[in-house]
Amino acid sequence: MLSRTAENLYWLARYVERAEYLARTIDATLRVTALPAAYIGKTNEWDSALLTAGVAESFYQSHEEANEHNVVDYLSFSADNPSSIRNCIEAARLNSRSVRTALTSEMWDTINSAWIELQAVWSKGTSTREDLAKFLRFVQETSLRFDGSAYRTMLRNDAYWFSRLGLHLERADNTARILDVKYHVLLPEEEHVGGPLDFYQWSSILRSVSALTAYHWVYRETLKPWLVADLLILNGTLPRSLASCYENLVRNLDQIGVAYGRQGPAQRHARGIRNRLEHSNMNDIFQHGVHEFIQEFIADNSRLGEIITKQYLI
Amino acid sequence: MAVAFDEMNIPGGDLRPAYQELARWLEETPPEALEYRRQEAELLFRRIGITFAVYGDSESTERLIPFDVIPRIMSGKEWTVLEKGLKQRVKALNMFLRDIYHGRDILRAEIVPDDLIFQNPVFRPEMNGQQVPHDVYVHIAGIDVIRVDANDFIVLEDNARTPSGVSYMLENREIMMRLFPDLFARHRVAPVERYPDELLAALRSVAPQSASGEPTVALLTPGVYNSAYYEHSFLADKLGIELVEGRDLIVKNNEVFMRTTEGVKRVDVIYRRVDDDFLDPLTFRPDSALGVPGLMSAYAAGNITLANAVGTGIADDKAIYSYMPDILRFYLGEEPILKNVQTWRCREPKDLAYVLDHLGELVVKEVHGSGGYGMLIGPAATKATIEAFREKLKREPEGFIAQPTLALSTCPTCTASGLAPRHVDLRPFVLTGSKSTTIVPGGLTRVALKEGSLVVNSSQGGGTKDTWILDE
Repeated sequence: MLSRTAENLYWLARYVERAEYLARTIDATLRVTALPAAYIGKTNEWDSALLTAGVAESFYQSHEEANEHNVVDYLSFSADNPSSIRNCIEAARLNSRSVRTALTSEMWDTINSAWIELQAVWSKGTSTREDLAKFLRFVQETSLRFDGSAYRTMLRNDAYWFSRLGLHLERADNTARILDVKYHVLLPEEEHVGGPLDFYQWSSILRSVSALTAYHWVYRETLKPWLVADLLILNGTLPRSLASCYENLVRNLDQIGVAYGRQGPAQRHARGIRNRLEHSNMNDIFQHGVHEFIQEFIADNSRLGEIITKQYLI
Repeated sequence: MAVAFDEMNIPGGDLRPAYQELARWLEETPPEALEYRRQEAELLFRRIGITFAVYGDSESTERLIPFDVIPRIMSGKEWTVLEKGLKQRVKALNMFLRDIYHGRDILRAEIVPDDLIFQNPVFRPEMNGQQVPHDVYVHIAGIDVIRVDANDFIVLEDNARTPSGVSYMLENREIMMRLFPDLFARHRVAPVERYPDELLAALRSVAPQSASGEPTVALLTPGVYNSAYYEHSFLADKLGIELVEGRDLIVKNNEVFMRTTEGVKRVDVIYRRVDDDFLDPLTFRPDSALGVPGLMSAYAAGNITLANAVGTGIADDKAIYSYMPDILRFYLGEEPILKNVQTWRCREPKDLAYVLDHLGELVVKEVHGSGGYGMLIGPAATKATIEAFREKLKREPEGFIAQPTLALSTCPTCTASGLAPRHVDLRPFVLTGSKSTTIVPGGLTRVALKEGSLVVNSSQGGGTKDTWILDE
């Protein structure tokens, strides 16, 4: 397939995934900040939201302080923030248009219909909490529909695999970023001094990656920070964990490698990361430092993106 | 201006046979139902994303072409005549181009004046002596025809460069079949859906000799911001070929390749929807970012077929148009089946004098204009506009031609105040391959939605209709 087509599919999936993640982050932050101050402590949750979205630096260039109003606006509707939900949807639509021939009509319809629907939201914004909640839900549903259409209607060939690469790379990055911002509340067992304060932080983390219910199913325990970390980093059964993302990245890269009859640096790099995740346990990670581990992962993950681009997309 | 020929009604109250069933159906169908379907159609167009961009319009970069749900119907007998005439015309266009870029018999015979060719910016000296496979220059032609009476079709314009609109022909039919299955059941409408297959076959048949047994065809688009982008992606999809942009192609050793995820792959035939000027920055406009450096040398080496060929603009130029009947007679020794509109060439002093005297009655067009831009419609223009145009005409008479204001035929159309006649034209698409010329029965009917308007161009408020050829 054309390199440009593969590139567009890859980015299309990334934009849609990112839009959903932003919507979840805002949603989770709204919940946590709705609690009485005694429950959440003194941290500015809106500042954390900016950090997990990776846009804190650009935000503070034009804003004094982070509050609900300006962060929701910046993350959702801002035309100036290149990774706002709005710009993700716009970019996804533009990408879809340029690779229409590689999309199934269901995928195109999902993006195009959402784009049409959201034009009204861009021009008017959301005036009430209810409107905002509706908007955030719509964005998440769009992503689910898109992902579902891709899964159910695409031929299993390179077009599908490149779009999955984008999805899992973006997903891994998102999960890692939230861990990176919240690592200070994810303490190992022996250091943990439980308090209501952290409980809401943990549930908020899980909520933003849609893993709160999953947690209870996996551990059948009350929320414990080291288990939250274990779930998001190492548990291969949780679709948004780093381990699961890398299972998928390795598999899709292998499929491309087999179809093209050629392995390359992307395959090797992805396998390396997966092996490290496979052979890690939470004790070692805590010993090494969660923060360091995550930072290293984020760098490795974005390096994989560069290698894929070089190997296939240009 | 004469009273327009109405496609449905015979003066005196009778209906033309092809429309009888439609008329009955319209009587049975309540107007609300029609309006509801109209809205449904619009929604479908938007969801499918059948939009086009209007240049110089910052308000909305994507617009819908209004779609009218009342079909335009022709009998099989009428179509047979039209089809014959179109094939004849396109054959002559191809022979003319072959001659202009090789022996130039027609210039020696003084049928067409030399300067109209050699001083014409759309003439491409790069094509002199260049062989094109099977001598086909115009693989895809969109010939705009109108009707003024029951017997005659008149050619308004030959589009021999990169004619667009065929996606509307196909999508209009799809949407009509979805919305009005009952109406279809009551007619025998000739299908149009084999167009993509025929197009692909025609394109493959003209692959260069150096191509492999299974030639690779690609569609070259200027990109997502082009006004016809939807059509490009639609066709690439239907043909099952890659939709490429200039940056996807590279030329190595006079061969053209596309960049793929598995390395580069040779391309044999390019269905290009990029104008000559932008094809190759090394040969044509150096500032073109849409083109492929070196494409023209691969073309000259005979390793790539471009469809349509480079330089076909010289055949559909408005200045050449008035010579078409003579051109056709010269190459084929036949009388043209399709007529030309009477045309005054403002470059000729006698004609110019007539035109200046009759500006209020005539349509004056720029020789190099298109899309309905830069033309004067005398009867609809204000005095001031006419006077301004007169000055332009005197300054540069060779840049204009003039034609009588034609009464384009009318067809019933949905309007705010119910069904009413509106003026229509028709663009059938003629495909020429190595062995045969084919036309799917139908085409794009464009309709001027404003009452009395004769401008059917989509950029100026025109709409489209499904075109039915009845299979009798």
